[in-house]
Amino acid sequence: MEPIIQIKDVYYRYAGNEGEETTALDGVSLDIRKGEFVAVIGHNGSGKSTLAKHINGLMLPMSGQVIVKGMDTRDENLIWDIRQVAGMVFQNPDNQLVATIVEEDVAFGPENLAVPPEQIRLRVDDALKAVKMLQFAKSAPHLLSGGQKQRLAIAGIIAMRPEIIILDEPTAMLDPSGRKEVMDTVHYLNEEEGITIVHITHFMEEAIRAHRVVVMEEGRIIMDGPPREIFRQVSELREIGLDVPQIAELAYELKKEGFPITGDPLSTEEMVNILCP
Amino acid sequence: MLRDITIGQYYPSDSPVHRLDPRTKLVITFLFIVIIFFVRNYSGYLFILAFISLVIALSKIPVKFIFKGLRPLLFIILLTFFINLLFTPGETELFSFWFFRVTAEGLRQGLFMTLRLTFLVTGTSLLTLTTSPIALTDGIEMLLRPLKVVKFPAHELAMMMTIALRFIPTLLEETDKIMKAQMARGADFESGNLIQRAKSLIPLLVPLFISAFRRADELAMAMEARCYRGGDSRTRMKVLTMGLVDFAAFGVTMLLIAAVLLNTYL
Repeated sequence: MEPIIQIKDVYYRYAGNEGEETTALDGVSLDIRKGEFVAVIGHNGSGKSTLAKHINGLMLPMSGQVIVKGMDTRDENLIWDIRQVAGMVFQNPDNQLVATIVEEDVAFGPENLAVPPEQIRLRVDDALKAVKMLQFAKSAPHLLSGGQKQRLAIAGIIAMRPEIIILDEPTAMLDPSGRKEVMDTVHYLNEEEGITIVHITHFMEEAIRAHRVVVMEEGRIIMDGPPREIFRQVSELREIGLDVPQIAELAYELKKEGFPITGDPLSTEEMVNILCP
Repeated sequence: MLRDITIGQYYPSDSPVHRLDPRTKLVITFLFIVIIFFVRNYSGYLFILAFISLVIALSKIPVKFIFKGLRPLLFIILLTFFINLLFTPGETELFSFWFFRVTAEGLRQGLFMTLRLTFLVTGTSLLTLTTSPIALTDGIEMLLRPLKVVKFPAHELAMMMTIALRFIPTLLEETDKIMKAQMARGADFESGNLIQRAKSLIPLLVPLFISAFRRADELAMAMEARCYRGGDSRTRMKVLTMGLVDFAAFGVTMLLIAAVLLNTYL
C-alpha cells in the first residue's frame, strides 16, 4: 500500500536575523504508512517543526515534494482537503483555541468544512468523548488546565475526521501530569481509532512508545528506526546533544562497566526483568 | 483573582427573556431606544415603566442587580438633572439664589431627562444581562449579514469580537504575570504622580503587546490549519431559530410603540 505521507527530497531555506540564509530542511525524504506512530526528535533548530508544517501545507517545499494521501501540497486547489486529512496541534495551548466555549471551539473546524449543523453536533460530542472532555462541553477554555486545553485542541482536530494528526511539541508547555494526559490521548487515538500520528517532541521518554523514531539534525534525517534501535546508540545521540531515555542510559552505563545487560530495555519493567530474571 | 473576571455583565438564568433569540432582543432594544425619544409627557413613561417592569419580572433578574448597574452612571444622571433644572428658561419662578433661577419648567425638564436616561440605561443593560456575549455576537452577525451586499464585513466583525472575548482573560492573566515579574525586579506601579505612573506602565505594555502580536500570529496559523477561510460557505453548529416566544415579544413591543405614539400625538 502507498504510504499516506510521502516526503521526497524536500529543501527549505529561510532568511535569518541578519539576512543570512538558514537551511531548515536539507534534502529530507520520509515515508509514513497509515496507522503508524512516528516520533520526530531533535533539538531546537534541527528542522523538525519546519518538517511538521510541510505535511499540512502551512509551509511549501522550495524543491522536492510532499504528498499526503495522494495529494501534492503545492496544489492550491487541494490545500483544504490536505488540511482536513492532516490536522495539526500546536505547542501553545492558548494560542490555538478560537471560541469562548469548549464545544463551540470543537465545532470551529467542522463549521469551516461546511458540515451540516446536526452533523456538527454529533461530531463535537464524539470528539469530546474521545478525549474524555465531554463534561467540560459548556466551560470556558481559559478555565481549563494546560493538559485539558491541549486535549481540547486535539478534539477540535478530531471533529474534522482527519486520518493524520501532526503534533508539534504539544507537551512542551505542560506539567508532567498534563503531559501524561495528552500522551495517553494520542496513543488512544492511534491504537483505537487508527489515526496516523506524527509526534514532534524533545522529550525522549515520549518517543519510547512510538512505532518509529526519526532523529533530525541540521535539517537532515540522521537516524530512522524503532525506538529500541535508536536509543541503543547512546554515544551517537549524545554527540549531537540529545538525551536518551533514563533506562536506556542506565543500560548503557551498566554495559560500559562490564555488567551483562542483554537486549535494549526502555522501560523500568524491562530493566527489572533483565536485572532480576 | 483575574481568572474569575466575567466579561460583560451577563446574568445566567433560564427565563423566557434569556431564551429569546438574540436577534429579537437586539431589534427590540433598538426599537425601545427609539420609542423613548417619542415620549413627550409623564403619562407616556407609564407605558415604558410597565414594559420594563414586565421584562424584569420575566427575566427573573433581581431588581437590586439592575440598580447596581445604574450606580456608575449616577453622576451623569445627576449632572443632567441639575443642568436641566438650573438652565432651562421658564416663566414660573419657584425660588432663586445667587444667580440661579429655579423654575417649574426647569424642574419638569430635569425630572423628565432623568427618567429618560434611567429608562435608556435600564433597557439596554437588560439586553446584556440576559444575552451571553457569544449569543450577542451571533445575533449581530446574522442581523448585519444582509449588509454584505454593500461589502460590509459582518462575519469578520463577529469573528473579531469572538476572538477578543476569548483572549480578554488570557491577556489579563498575562498582564498579571508580567506585572508580578516586573515588581519582583523592583518596578513600582503604585507611587508617584500621574505622569510617573503612566511611565511606569511602559515596561508592562511593551512585553504585553509583543506577546499579543505573537499570539495573533500563532492563532492565525492554527485557524488556517483548521481550514478557516473566511465566512463564505461556513456552516454553524448552533442555528438561530425564531419561535413563538419571539413573535410574542415583538407583539408586546408593538403594543408599547402604539401606546406611546397614541399618547404623544393624540
